[in-house]
Amino acid sequence: VCKNGISNGGLYKRPFNEHFEQAPMYVAVLTYLGFGVGTIFGYVRDFLRACGLERCNLAAEREEQKDFVPLYQDFENFYTRNLYMRIRDNWNRPICSVPGPQFDLMERVTDDFNWTFRFTGRTIKDVINMGSYNYLGFAETEANALKTVADVLQNYGTGVCSTRQEMGNLDKHVELENLVAQFLDVEAAMVFGMGFATNSMNIPSLVGKGCLILSDELNHTSLVLGARLSGATIRIFKHNNMQSLEKLLRDAVAYGQPRSRRAWKKILILVEGIYSMEGSIVRLPEIVALKKRYKAYLYLDEAHSIGAVGPTGRGVVEYFGMNPEDVDVLMGTFTKSFGAAGGYIAGKKELVDFLRTHSHSAIYATSMCPPVAEQIIRAMKCVMGLDGTTQGLQRVHQLGENTRYFRRRLHELGFIVYGNDDSPVVPLLLYMPGKIGAFARHMLTKNIGVVVVGFPATPIAESRARFCVSAAHTREMLDTVRTADVLVKLTSDTSVGLDVSAWIQTQMED
Amino acid sequence: TDVHFVYWMLAPAYHLILEGILILWIIRLLFSKTYKLQERSDLTPKEKEELIEEWQPEPLVPPVSKDHPALNYTLFLYFCSPPSHKIIVNGKECINFASFNFLGLLDNERVKNAAQASLRKYGVGTCGPRGFYGTFDVHLELEDRLAKFMRTEESIIYSYGFATIASAIPAYSKRGDIVFVDEAACFAIQKGLQASRSNIKLFKHNDVADLEQLLKEQEIEDQKNPRKARVTRRFILVEGLYMNTGDICPLPELIKLKYKYKVRIFLEESLSFGVLGEYGRGVTEHFGVNVDDIDLISANMENSLASIGGFCCGRSFVIDHQRLSGQGYCFSASLPPLLAAAAIEALNIMEENPDIFQILREKCKRIHKALQRIPGLIVVGDLFSPALHLQLEETSGSRENDMKLLKRIVDYCMNRSIALTQARYLEKEEKCLPPPSIRVVVTVEQTEEELDKAASIIREAAQSILN
Repeated sequence: VCKNGISNGGLYKRPFNEHFEQAPMYVAVLTYLGFGVGTIFGYVRDFLRACGLERCNLAAEREEQKDFVPLYQDFENFYTRNLYMRIRDNWNRPICSVPGPQFDLMERVTDDFNWTFRFTGRTIKDVINMGSYNYLGFAETEANALKTVADVLQNYGTGVCSTRQEMGNLDKHVELENLVAQFLDVEAAMVFGMGFATNSMNIPSLVGKGCLILSDELNHTSLVLGARLSGATIRIFKHNNMQSLEKLLRDAVAYGQPRSRRAWKKILILVEGIYSMEGSIVRLPEIVALKKRYKAYLYLDEAHSIGAVGPTGRGVVEYFGMNPEDVDVLMGTFTKSFGAAGGYIAGKKELVDFLRTHSHSAIYATSMCPPVAEQIIRAMKCVMGLDGTTQGLQRVHQLGENTRYFRRRLHELGFIVYGNDDSPVVPLLLYMPGKIGAFARHMLTKNIGVVVVGFPATPIAESRARFCVSAAHTREMLDTVRTADVLVKLTSDTSVGLDVSAWIQTQMED
Repeated sequence: TDVHFVYWMLAPAYHLILEGILILWIIRLLFSKTYKLQERSDLTPKEKEELIEEWQPEPLVPPVSKDHPALNYTLFLYFCSPPSHKIIVNGKECINFASFNFLGLLDNERVKNAAQASLRKYGVGTCGPRGFYGTFDVHLELEDRLAKFMRTEESIIYSYGFATIASAIPAYSKRGDIVFVDEAACFAIQKGLQASRSNIKLFKHNDVADLEQLLKEQEIEDQKNPRKARVTRRFILVEGLYMNTGDICPLPELIKLKYKYKVRIFLEESLSFGVLGEYGRGVTEHFGVNVDDIDLISANMENSLASIGGFCCGRSFVIDHQRLSGQGYCFSASLPPLLAAAAIEALNIMEENPDIFQILREKCKRIHKALQRIPGLIVVGDLFSPALHLQLEETSGSRENDMKLLKRIVDYCMNRSIALTQARYLEKEEKCLPPPSIRVVVTVEQTEEELDKAASIIREAAQSILN
């Protein structure tokens, strides 16, 4: 079942395969039942805590401030207190090594059911890392690789202590920006110190009151915050659904602003390259066709897709074989594929000049620190092949192979996996709340670190485990994860997010 | 029933006719078409196409004049020294009076060595947010150390200074809550308030009487609607040392107001952390106030600690909430470990050398005195504020011309090896735009001769340009 509308096959130069299977009815029923039971228990516990029969481990307000208006509404924290707290040990797990394909976790135990944790002092070594965004494997500590970064750190220090427009504009920034522009094949680029802040500080500079923002349903919080802070009118279209987007565009251009009927000043479409919770890739050819027809502007957030898709790692624009000039604002982050921190915006020279003068970040926020800039420079040079080796290209190919292999094996097992076949973000649906905690804990006993996500990051009935495939993963590691998944499936009573017919088929084939 | 029939027959004729007409009318109304007040007249598809053809949007970005100062950056063409005490501006070595490197830790060997060790162990990036394997032991250690240093229960770190206060405010203050904020609050606070959608009440800069007036008015409002008042949270938001004016906030009076009107205080200490107080703990130590009286202290690590990022500290009851609702914390990658290690080492240095704060304060006093009575320029800022502003005594009426004059002074000083900068603002977006000014920043590394030299060069510049 393709829930993202009908795709216009003529615009695509390559096959576009996405899957969003629906769960069988009994799974949905059991999921809601699970939440219901959790909620009832929550109320019972709250009652016991209020009576004093159960110890209350929550931090409390100061005695002197007890008559102030309460800082938190009781109900706001119901979910945190009663549902999240029970499985809290699956998040915020501290690590003590480089977040490469394997890492070391600090062993953490709780004596009071997750209210407090204590470290035993032991580390769990060589846990397979399926949670970090290390797509091209640049999170490494090899001395040779990091030599230039160490040199820059020695020369420049760690901080900058000033903003871009005052004293914080270093030659490293200029070098990096030129490299990014070259990498993406655009006229100019500008870099910022934080990926989240790139969105929230630059969208308000581009659009304002009297403009319209058309934003995808599942956009990241930073895009939503940027859109809200801009003051423009926001309309949401269904996730990756081009019919919904077209309808909104037609109505917007034909009818203008509500009530006053004036024409919109500008229309900006906000989409992401790869959506991190769904694993879906944006339908870029169709969106570009729509944007050209209706004269809108396109803002593409390639946080997860830059470096991760495309024959040479240039992102979704290259993946679809399109011209980067068709996208008005190319935005991305360096955290995921380049193993550093920060974000960039690239596009035409006028756009970047405008941002240099009017971006909130250039005037009020500290610029990127030099060692981080150097890490991005060396990683990007590696991907582009400018360091004289083909290592970068090998990494991109390895990532593609690993992605396809992993997804294929999970499909064969009968799991429901969302998303595009080529996206390195692999969400595996768990649905039931009890499974969220159980899956993550079970995988940890098998020395595999996974990320599980539930409400409110996902819809309430669609909790999932999200794997992030990396170029640094070897085939053995991926097979270990797959075997662990099989064991999970066999030991659980109701199979995890099972597509019944496919499972029967696999059984029959075996 | 016979009796009823008889009564019906006995009713007067006009009565029956009237009722009959009414019944027919009701039947007609029930079956007639209803009028819809249509919000929009339906356009035919052809009309829509025409409108779509005709519509011309504005260009994505308006043109920018080529001689905007930001496009002709002061480029630092050096390769072997950081932007610390001495910097090379366009080939000329100058003394740096423009970077917020108050404690001179930007160039410190110990800090760099700690960062190198961390680089060898962890690499550069953390590749994930705090919730998904982005929590490293250095982050936990830094949070612990900061909480101990500030003598609070807990602290939380962010990976970007601007995002710290801009994420902390919307985590607590929601739509319908009231925030009393000083006029001279910095841009990050303004963005945090905008994101929170709360009611904002500005009070005059450092004017406690004005704030009390606003609080009294609010109290009267509350009495009209006590049920609403019981759930409306109130906050006072002030900075320790204001970035825009260099003043210190009157903290003891604010605390009195806090208990009198039951308002919580959020304190932004980016400039005062590591500067004020006997041991550098900020404005709470400076005034001798109990740090528990402040609900939340937020600061960035980009000034005194010469790192990147920010932190909030306070009681666990307050801080723990941000771990799930601080947007810049939950949805963003965590701080690179080498920066966290650098911050820890910087904290170590601060704890081991508590006399640098006194030295810094002496230097601030010295330059403050030396810059007094320069014809044409006034010094804006407190006696021991390390970030001062120099504003024009008489404005020419146009902001652009003022900025051009100040630029000439800056260039004059730059040519004589004193690096200064103008304070930059986003003119259209600031709530209360400060007048144009030159930033003068004092650091612990500047010698007394250098301070005197800077003051005399600025004096010369003002005399030659402004007269």
